[in-house]
Amino acid sequence: MAIYLNSDSRIIVQGMTGAEGQKHTARMLAGGSNIVGGVNPRKAGETVNIGGKDLPVFGTVADAMAATGANVSVIFVPPAFAGAAIVEAIDAEIPLAVAITEGIPVHDSASAWAYNVEKGQKTRLIGPNCPGIISPGQSNAGITPSNIAGTGPIGLVSKSGTLTYQMMYELREIGFSTAIGIGGDPVIGTTHIDALEAFENDPETKAIVLIGEIGGDSEEKAAAYIAKHVTKPVVAYVAGFTAPEGKTMGHAGAIVSGSAGTAQAKKEAFEAVGVKVGKTPSETAELMRGIIANL
Amino acid sequence: MDLFEYQARDLFENYGVPVLQGKIADTPEEAEAAAAAIGGTVVVKAQVKVGGRGKAGGVKVVHSPEEAKAAAEKILGLDIKGHVVKRVMIAQGAAIDQEFYFSVLLDRSNRTFLSLCSVEGGMEIEQLAVERPDALAKIPVSAVTGIDKAKALEIAKAGGFPDELLDSVADVFVKLYDVFKKEDATLVEVNPLVLTKDGKILALDGKVTLDDNAEFRHEREEMERDQLDPLEAKAKEMDLNYVKLDGQVGIIGNGAGLVMSTLDVVAYAGERHGNVKPANFLDIGGGASAEVMAAGLDVILNDPQVRSVFVNVFGGITACDAVANGIVGALNTLGERASKPLVVRLDGNNVEEGRKILADFNHPLVSLADTMDGGADKAAALANK
Repeated sequence: MAIYLNSDSRIIVQGMTGAEGQKHTARMLAGGSNIVGGVNPRKAGETVNIGGKDLPVFGTVADAMAATGANVSVIFVPPAFAGAAIVEAIDAEIPLAVAITEGIPVHDSASAWAYNVEKGQKTRLIGPNCPGIISPGQSNAGITPSNIAGTGPIGLVSKSGTLTYQMMYELREIGFSTAIGIGGDPVIGTTHIDALEAFENDPETKAIVLIGEIGGDSEEKAAAYIAKHVTKPVVAYVAGFTAPEGKTMGHAGAIVSGSAGTAQAKKEAFEAVGVKVGKTPSETAELMRGIIANL
Repeated sequence: MDLFEYQARDLFENYGVPVLQGKIADTPEEAEAAAAAIGGTVVVKAQVKVGGRGKAGGVKVVHSPEEAKAAAEKILGLDIKGHVVKRVMIAQGAAIDQEFYFSVLLDRSNRTFLSLCSVEGGMEIEQLAVERPDALAKIPVSAVTGIDKAKALEIAKAGGFPDELLDSVADVFVKLYDVFKKEDATLVEVNPLVLTKDGKILALDGKVTLDDNAEFRHEREEMERDQLDPLEAKAKEMDLNYVKLDGQVGIIGNGAGLVMSTLDVVAYAGERHGNVKPANFLDIGGGASAEVMAAGLDVILNDPQVRSVFVNVFGGITACDAVANGIVGALNTLGERASKPLVVRLDGNNVEEGRKILADFNHPLVSLADTMDGGADKAAALANK
């Protein structure tokens, strides 16, 4: 089953002919993803060979969908044009759009999100500024290394890319149904709560790891959601206890302002609803191993 | 990036938001000249990016150029909550009848924009929100349609403005949204927005935060930025994502989340080793090339507080052997400048090859750790020696 992405997913890449797009298209193909084409208005009609596979290039997402039956788009378009690329994917009503691009102006992502809401959310947007989504053994849409971990009963949702990799590595012997990096930007398409809901409804997922970091209130909302709606065991990890107020820690959204968005507040919110919070990624993985052993 | 008040005032003026005259001064003499040029009663205001400057003695109303000079002498150099005043603004005085509040900002929690508005201004907004929550209107603003005149009137009405002022304040709100949208701001706040005794609406003090991600599409005159720590300035020159902290264990890692996590893990380890703390945040990104590694190590080793360094890399997109070669290259480049012990933890793609490269390199200052927690412990112990 997995969530959002599976072996039936047919993937196109917006920005496939750029350096990042080519590199990661090759990696996704090598990892077993079914990439069916790319989008670049200036190279429409051409065919490019990536990783030994001839891939058609289309002028628009809509053209690519019509010709290939694509139902997922991965976006590697540079920051200045990424907002428009997301809007194009929404316009084409592609079921899943995964925006990898880092550094998109927040007015662009906020406009794209408002537009998606206006259009009735026919597109599930993941990101921007995220590693994407992987359902090991089935498909990989993004930049997560395909070989870290195999298929298994854990669902993972994380704000951070490298912490996603780290956690998959720590729990590689157990494996994952799906791992989603939702991204560290202030405005993102898929939230912790969205992923929790999907994992709760996915019969293959038996337990959930949630990774958060400072900034915003996504973790606090997730904790409240877990208390009401999630019956599967959840363990959490929060990064940024030592981050000082007012300094942005790498991610555009990772900033503590005043009393809002601290790691401590997030940890307390989870613990208040009975979700165990690991002190380090390794300890969090250990908590998950304990849960899996007792399932 | 937060703007200084005078920068916000200048931006407002460019968009036709009504403001009073304001001139900056870096010396008492400049303050005197500015006050003379403006004439009449003026306000000498400390330019610091922190609230509560009035209470700290950073704002003075004066009635002559001589008094302005004397006030500037007192205010320049003042330490306001750790911010030393380097510049004052000499602002034209106003006869205020009433004070109001307006802001438009990114509402991250609801993934939209939000306008806050109240006819009861003049106090800190946090205080107003707590003491008089009913008086503070919170109106969602669509990122697609923004604030047009109709929306501005809705906001003004919700904020409690009397009918006779609705039209004039709504015009100002539309212009302030223009600033917000066209300048790629995440916050535009006016507190106070005032009605003068002669019936004019004026933005008397403004706070503006700009989105760093959008700087590529703005041609701004070189803005006076916060005084950066010298190491932060050096890191910025080399395009490194670095934040200086107060500690002894230098940190290098890849990916913002993993680096934040590394700081935490080192701080916990420090509790067992003389309470040493992480010295910095440094994310060398997915690439982790030899050049970036060398630049990062160079910055960290120049921090006199640093006593050991913890390099914590998960080889994902870049495999561990490439990272290990980067470390070897960096240490060769730095030569004798590499003077502090390095603990390296590598995991992920090609980890065995990576560890072998470092083992073969056999540098006296480099030791390997198998796990993140183990590496943090080792680095903390070395910093406590």
